[in-house]
Amino acid sequence: MEMPAPSAAVLAKRDRIVERLRKLLPADAVIDDPAETRAYECDALTAYACSPLAVVLPSTTEEVSAILGLCHAEQVPVVPRGAGTSLAGGSLPTEDSVILGVARMTEVLETDYDNRFIRVQTGRTNLSVTGAVEEDGFFYAPDPSSQLACAIAGNIAMNSGGAHCLKYGVTTNNLLGVTLVQMDGTVLELGGAHLDPGGLDLLGVVCGSEGQLGVVTEATLRILPKPEGARPVLMGFFSNEIAGACVSDIIKAGVLPVAIEFMDRPCIRACEAFAKAGYPDVEALLIVEVEGSETEIEEQLGLILQIARRHEPEVLREAADADEAARIWLGRKSAFGAMGQINDYICLDGTIPVSKLPEVLRGIRELSRGYGLEVANVFHAGDGNMHPLILFNANEGELGKAEALGADILTLCVEVGGCLTGEHGVGIEKRDLMSVQYTPADLEAQMRVKDVFDPAWLLNPAKVFPLAASASRRIAAE
Amino acid sequence: MRPESEEELARLVAEAAGPLRIRGGGTREIGRPVPGEVVETGGLSGITLHEPGALTLVARAGTPLSEIDAQLAGDGQRLAFEPMDHRPLLGTAGAPTIGGVIAAGVSGPRRIAVGAARDFLLGVRFVDGAGTVVSNGGRVMKNVTGYDLVKLMAGSWGTLGILTEVSLKVLAKPAAEATLIARGLSATEGVAALSRALTSPFDVTGAAHLDAATTGGDSETRVRIEGLEGSVAYRLRALRSGALPGWETAEGEASAALWREVRDVLPFAGRQGAVWQVSVKPTDGPHVSQALREAGIEHAALYDWGGGRVWLLTPDAGDAGAASLRAATRGLGGHATLLRASPATRAAVPPFPPRANGVAALDAALRAKFDPRGILNPGLMA
Ligand SMILES: Cc1cc2nc3c(=O)[nH]c(=O)nc-3n(C[C@H](O)[C@H](O)[C@H](O)COP(=O)(O)OP(=O)(O)OC[C@H]3O[C@@H](n4cnc5c(N)ncnc54)[C@H](O)[C@@H]3O)c2cc1C
Repeated sequence: MEMPAPSAAVLAKRDRIVERLRKLLPADAVIDDPAETRAYECDALTAYACSPLAVVLPSTTEEVSAILGLCHAEQVPVVPRGAGTSLAGGSLPTEDSVILGVARMTEVLETDYDNRFIRVQTGRTNLSVTGAVEEDGFFYAPDPSSQLACAIAGNIAMNSGGAHCLKYGVTTNNLLGVTLVQMDGTVLELGGAHLDPGGLDLLGVVCGSEGQLGVVTEATLRILPKPEGARPVLMGFFSNEIAGACVSDIIKAGVLPVAIEFMDRPCIRACEAFAKAGYPDVEALLIVEVEGSETEIEEQLGLILQIARRHEPEVLREAADADEAARIWLGRKSAFGAMGQINDYICLDGTIPVSKLPEVLRGIRELSRGYGLEVANVFHAGDGNMHPLILFNANEGELGKAEALGADILTLCVEVGGCLTGEHGVGIEKRDLMSVQYTPADLEAQMRVKDVFDPAWLLNPAKVFPLAASASRRIAAE
Repeated sequence: MRPESEEELARLVAEAAGPLRIRGGGTREIGRPVPGEVVETGGLSGITLHEPGALTLVARAGTPLSEIDAQLAGDGQRLAFEPMDHRPLLGTAGAPTIGGVIAAGVSGPRRIAVGAARDFLLGVRFVDGAGTVVSNGGRVMKNVTGYDLVKLMAGSWGTLGILTEVSLKVLAKPAAEATLIARGLSATEGVAALSRALTSPFDVTGAAHLDAATTGGDSETRVRIEGLEGSVAYRLRALRSGALPGWETAEGEASAALWREVRDVLPFAGRQGAVWQVSVKPTDGPHVSQALREAGIEHAALYDWGGGRVWLLTPDAGDAGAASLRAATRGLGGHATLLRASPATRAAVPPFPPRANGVAALDAALRAKFDPRGILNPGLMA
């Protein structure tokens, strides 16, 4: 993965920059000892690593503003960071950059049940947002699998999703407002506890902008009353085609499950070996979950099972109690862990139209054979967001081959009308594939937005856009 | 001008010598009156894809909404964000287009439960102010590839580009609906009841309060439930024995009619006066009306979104209440848009809410990038 050469001018004044940062922040909030900055050298895309010039850990919006103002004056690139769980290299530093981590900004600022929102500092983890309102019967809906660790900051920057977003939407659909600090230190409020912007929807474009438009320090999030109950059902099918058709029929029927998860045989086998959830050895498996009261669950599952039976399932397993429900989810939830046990893997994240599921799974199988690398599939089928896991052995130098296979699979996703990434973001990982999905004019339109928010191209500059496409801007800004 | 294709539109914009007024169905004449030659989108019409099993519909921007509604209804689906029909309220004629719905970011009562137009918009194609065709997003439900210009285009009123095609997420129309009704509550009591309903686990999809000046009789507070038959029956029971004790019930078509009335703000249609659309956090809704009362301005108030969207009918004289409303929304957090007023009032009062300095600067800079010559509906949102 190519990264631009670090700015010699910035590297030359490193001591001065650190000294000036120390004047702005408490002593323990500025880190420049190489032994300690190494902890920030990568995110969850661990194949790429680079220590930053320094790391700053502010506690307030005012501190963030002061840091950015200084970095702007000194023309130092800044890489915002939440919890560092990005799978796309979104928070990967460069040698000449300052990592601005919001991990110490974890306060709950306001909880308002009548108006169904919570306002938090963005370093707070996703799960602990729900944690703050759970006892009162509320929850924050977007639930990335990484929710124990990942921060709201990263969720907003990546517009993260989760298993339950089929019903509740992704981050952007649950975000009401932010405090945004621009690269020159200007602090702006976008949105708030009210709905809709009353002008251009700047909040909408900030969400998902991968830390390139500003640093988000506070967020107003929509919270929802917890449903009375939830229950999953597990279905095994003879082929991916049949499972795909079943997904489509369920969606068409007018019951909107909260989740429809899909696993193929390689994934089922690996999970079973790891988690021993008692999954059947079938070609394709679906977990469908519905919510509501006991009677509502019965009514919805009745309809869903009726549809499933038309597709002659090999296995239909209802959860009789909470324990059985947990076992149905157990294998799915340990899928990534299971894969990690047996292999190195790359987790892709393309989205496809649900109708193309069988075709794409077939295509992936052929590509996988061609490359001689195994691919296991586990994904959010209801919305077509696939997670092909490419298994490889890093010690045998297979990373390059695995990345090439990944690029081919994502290209296939785009060719059938889908996209490169459904929830993980572009980062550096898919940066150079952007031209597969977008024309130069499309990319130009997006880069104009960055020109407006960050004219000097100092925020996370070498991400998202192909380096060649952004080169003139990055150089002009220097 | 009525281009018949995206290429023709792009050429026309590139060669335009002066400002352009973009028109879909012409049913939403809102904002500052705009000078310039009219560009109609009616030539860019037609549904290009509807995949019921993927909950997706793609249509050219000039497609009449009626065509889309009919196509979706054929498969038991609908646009879940319930876009308002502005014709009765504004006294306009014509056929609303899907491009107009999106450009104006129009949502209805169900917005509190499922989201706004922007939340159902999956992808756009548009022609920017230089005549360049741009595409963003796509037709799939989850997509974080690059910046989300889709959201930016929704509600931008044609000032960043002329939409040529939109992809939408659609949803199945539930089998049943019903509404619970209470009469005679004050706005504060009504909104408190709506909050109780909205904080219950019963998936309320409509929550409105019409004050006495709006109904012309007793005030009316309404809560809507939709879903499978059994589920609706269960939730009605649960709400009536809990948060909304003893409320009356309307079902089926009778319920639907109540929500068309809220969606299109029908009580204000045909009545004299200016109409405001105010956005605040729900429990602040009644405070907005209070502010007008304190300023001695007579008005009627219709609260939707649990109190968070307030429709106000004020006398169309002086500033039509602008000073009080804008001071109130500034204090509370929110904004007020003047939706309907005489040309004289609209010339004197900026219809769109003023933005904070830093935000206004970003708006202006974005417009300068996407429309460098300032020819697309210039000044409409000012
Ligand atoms: C095991 C595992 C499972 C995962 N499952 C899911 C899943 O189900 N769904 C999903 O969507 N993702 C998933 N992810 C990806 C990842 O967790 C998400 O992208 C998450 O939102 C990143 O949050 P973070 O706080 O760790 O962000 P980081 O990795 O720290 O940063 C991510 C991006 O956000 C930017 N950023 C961080 N803080 C700020 C800020 N304050 N202001 C502006 N920009 C900022 C960074 O510059 C970077 O571009 C998973 C990751 C792992 C490791």
